[in-house]
Amino acid sequence: MTMNRRTLLGAAAALPALGGLPFRSARAQAANTIRIGVLNDQSGTYRDLSGPGSTQAVELAVKESGITQRGVTVEVVQADHQNRPDVGSTVVRQWIDRDGIDVVVDVPTSSVALAVNTLVREKNKVFLNSGAATSDLTGAQCSPNTVHWTYDTYMLANSTGGAMVRAGGKSWFFITADYAFGHALERDTGNFVKAQGGEVLGAVRTPFPGTTDFSSYLQQAQRSRAQVIGLANAGGDTINSIKQAAEFRITRGGRVKLAGLLVFITDVNSLGLEVAQGLVLSETFYWDLNDKTRAFTQRLGAMPGNIKPSMVQAGCYGSVLHYLKAAGDMGVAAAKASGVEAVNRMKAMPTSDDAFGDGTIRADGRKIHPCYLFEVKAPSESRGAWDYYKLLGTTAGDQAFRPVADGGCALVRS
Amino acid sequence: MIENLLFELEMAAPQVILGLVNGAFYALLSLGLAIIFGMLNVINFAHGAQFMMGAFVAWMLLAWAGIPYWGALVLAPLIVGAFGVVIERTMIARLYKLDHLYGLLLTFGLALIIEGVFRNGFGSSGLPYAPPAAFNALNIDIPIMFLPGYRVWVVIASFLVCLATWLVIEKTKIGAYLRAATERPELVQAFGVNVPRMMTLTYGAGVALAAFAGVLAAPIYSVNPAMGANFIITVFAVVVIGGMGSIMGSVVTGFGLGLIEGLARVVYPEASATVVFVIMAIVLLTRPAGLFGRG
Amino acid sequence: MADTTIDLGTTAAKHEEAGFLGFTRAQALAFGVLVAFVFISPFFLYPVFLMKILCFALFACAFNLLIGYVGLLSFGHAAFFGMGGYITAHTAKVWGLTPELAILAGGVVGSVLGLGIGWLAIRRSGIYFAMITLAMAQMVYFFCLQAPFTGGEDGIQQVPRGSLFGMVPLDRDFTLYWVVAFVFLAGFLLVHRVVHSPFGQVMKAVRENEPRATSLGYRTDDYKLMAFVLSAALSGVAGGTKALVFGIATLVDVNWTMSGEVVLMTLVGGLGTVFGPVVGAAVIVTMQNYLAEFGAWVTVIQGVIFVACVLAFRRGVVGEIGNLLKVKL
Repeated sequence: MTMNRRTLLGAAAALPALGGLPFRSARAQAANTIRIGVLNDQSGTYRDLSGPGSTQAVELAVKESGITQRGVTVEVVQADHQNRPDVGSTVVRQWIDRDGIDVVVDVPTSSVALAVNTLVREKNKVFLNSGAATSDLTGAQCSPNTVHWTYDTYMLANSTGGAMVRAGGKSWFFITADYAFGHALERDTGNFVKAQGGEVLGAVRTPFPGTTDFSSYLQQAQRSRAQVIGLANAGGDTINSIKQAAEFRITRGGRVKLAGLLVFITDVNSLGLEVAQGLVLSETFYWDLNDKTRAFTQRLGAMPGNIKPSMVQAGCYGSVLHYLKAAGDMGVAAAKASGVEAVNRMKAMPTSDDAFGDGTIRADGRKIHPCYLFEVKAPSESRGAWDYYKLLGTTAGDQAFRPVADGGCALVRS
Repeated sequence: MIENLLFELEMAAPQVILGLVNGAFYALLSLGLAIIFGMLNVINFAHGAQFMMGAFVAWMLLAWAGIPYWGALVLAPLIVGAFGVVIERTMIARLYKLDHLYGLLLTFGLALIIEGVFRNGFGSSGLPYAPPAAFNALNIDIPIMFLPGYRVWVVIASFLVCLATWLVIEKTKIGAYLRAATERPELVQAFGVNVPRMMTLTYGAGVALAAFAGVLAAPIYSVNPAMGANFIITVFAVVVIGGMGSIMGSVVTGFGLGLIEGLARVVYPEASATVVFVIMAIVLLTRPAGLFGRG
Repeated sequence: MADTTIDLGTTAAKHEEAGFLGFTRAQALAFGVLVAFVFISPFFLYPVFLMKILCFALFACAFNLLIGYVGLLSFGHAAFFGMGGYITAHTAKVWGLTPELAILAGGVVGSVLGLGIGWLAIRRSGIYFAMITLAMAQMVYFFCLQAPFTGGEDGIQQVPRGSLFGMVPLDRDFTLYWVVAFVFLAGFLLVHRVVHSPFGQVMKAVRENEPRATSLGYRTDDYKLMAFVLSAALSGVAGGTKALVFGIATLVDVNWTMSGEVVLMTLVGGLGTVFGPVVGAAVIVTMQNYLAEFGAWVTVIQGVIFVACVLAFRRGVVGEIGNLLKVKL
């Protein structure tokens, strides 16, 4: 029997796989070590707005919490969930059972976030979500182990829909990605528009995924003579709609405004100001908002890919900082022993950080802070790299999020 | 009644033109697939990735070397085509004696690699690429609609390239060799034609067509690593509908389906993405070999 | 079905029919190793991780039934796998079916879907077949995205594992593991049994020389369709089982990338080998697990493995080992 080249190749391919075998043996747990796992998208759509940048933000939070000076060790690990709930849930399971992870941070992509939410609750650890949009995390599927920090769809619809009407955009037309997420965004935003005295003239449902050309939908929207075209879609769909709206001069003369219902600063960066100018959107953090956010961005240092922090990355910073404060306050051993207790302590303490200012965490796990309505600057207004937004309006924290009674969260019913 | 009809027409006219733009991409991509398949018997799953490469190379040329759109339109297909030649020589050529399915699997793997590398290098949210201002002269600005000149150019350019490809294959000596080699490669080889080299060049040309489509698409669509994957499945359906027998067939089917899709966007937007697949099912039931296919 | 079908131009060796359950001696040995692994491993490795491997192994076996024995490359098997998952999740969560019935429902819906798609797709073969299944599966993806019961991009979450036959609660991973192991072994043996039945012989004949099989009076399209439906049904069962294990059913499992993944698993393990899909599934799932902590290069590495397999070791892991030992595994 001879070993030929092919079998060697095969053996070589199989070897590294062995290292990935998850053995049952758990690592010895050190009582004064807090382990934080950053789980997000490192290879797909959300890489730029979460990805390695989130880990960097978490590391800054660890440094600034001062907890390490008190003899507590904090370890940060990261993993790619590849936007797949089964991968995310396997990773978190192993993190908790084998590696003794106490806190799971970030987790964009709603399906993965909800799966992790269930799992972390089952294991009584802490889940600090920053990246996911679904308001179910603090609604029907809320958990005593979870804090939903940065944003959610309800808040985006509220801020963009409500504040936009107050700013004069009375009549709306929606371009909606034809699936549950798009429908919900359209419905919620429409409700806020009507509540503020505006009107919805119509909507067009675009197939998802697979629509790359939005020009005919944009023309249908234009023909409706609406003042605001609401983009109830996300990611590549939103980028294509905005790009083609500029191409077809939908917004020329400034009579019609585009409102992105789920747009991040990374999207604006990828579009360029020439194309994105005039776009209206909501975020809870902008690096150039005030002195504190600028200082935070400064301290964060150079980010992977030379970007400025997104609100998701800032949320990772804020949530971990607050968790570490709570853990320091109640004692690391107690915080590690029960995720529910740690989250309860987080809810009992007011929050304060440079990225989001002062805030609170509600009983259903919703972090409360103000939400900002921004308009993207024209190239002539921008003073330098990443100078993208001007502030149109602010929705106060207690107004921005879904009222606690409307979410259907079992934690607050009793 | 008549007013109503006029209104419908007014609605439909712009959509016909916009549908042709999408059809232009379908035609270019399915043409490339058909040429490669005809000669190499390989379904090039990496076609979408190579389309994406075309767009990215155009961006790189502009951002790194200051070469504007017109230069990219020529250079990007050459660069990506050369990349295709290397791929063919080093990998695909080893598979000709095997089941055709291995070609599909290989190019599928290549597509994953290319997409992954670009995602690592350039992120996932896309890059900006502005259409050249020169096309504003072609803008159609009439009361019922505004049509950017660039879109008009896309239809024209794509049509010209398709026509040129057809002429080369049907009317020139090289084309004759090519057609002969598709039918009887051994015989053509025996006449002293270097068939392996022809296969390499054919693959390169098919890839270059994809890259050309990519450059055309860069100013319109988001330039991101997934832009080709979004297209390729629809293009496969287009290829099944047309049948890969004839060059003309794939071009006509490409433009035709773009048109139908464009009209569906007005009549029943929800179904516009599925209409191609429904047509594919109907064609399979009535003419399994495709509209222009043989046997 | 006459016995004359056995030697229909296939390369199947005659001694294949001998031995335990129709296994050759080497295969019986390998099967013994597999069973031993299934029984011993949960004491050392994570049950959830192992269950994931078993679900994908069954999925890959179902896929291999088509490519390995009928010669049809389906690029749309995610449709059956994902739909099976959705149906199981929905029936278990909303209708309150017991787990075994929910999984069965997944299999049934998978087979019905397979009947529809297969009926269309078998009109063409080879590359066209691959493209048609891909396109049809994309339609299924659209449907799953739209249909109210699938929960859009959130998927169906918090699916209860329930109690087997309404009696044995499956909440503990360790208990559920044995159910999954049973489903996998039953499915594996079913595939093996079918391949070695007269029906399986005709399937192979179709692969080797379809005109000849036709000329001998077999309605080859019927055989292809039956194989397709069986493969789809088992894929549905695999998807359903996975949905119970993780308590979720999401769009990922219906996406075309999942179709590509099962091709990769089978290719890595060895197309047309009995044990290849199992090994391939284990390798790929382990790799994903491993790569998750290494970030961004997952798709690239998967692509490289694809290319390496096609170029350098087409027989796959099991095929190469079999070749080395000069046995058929």
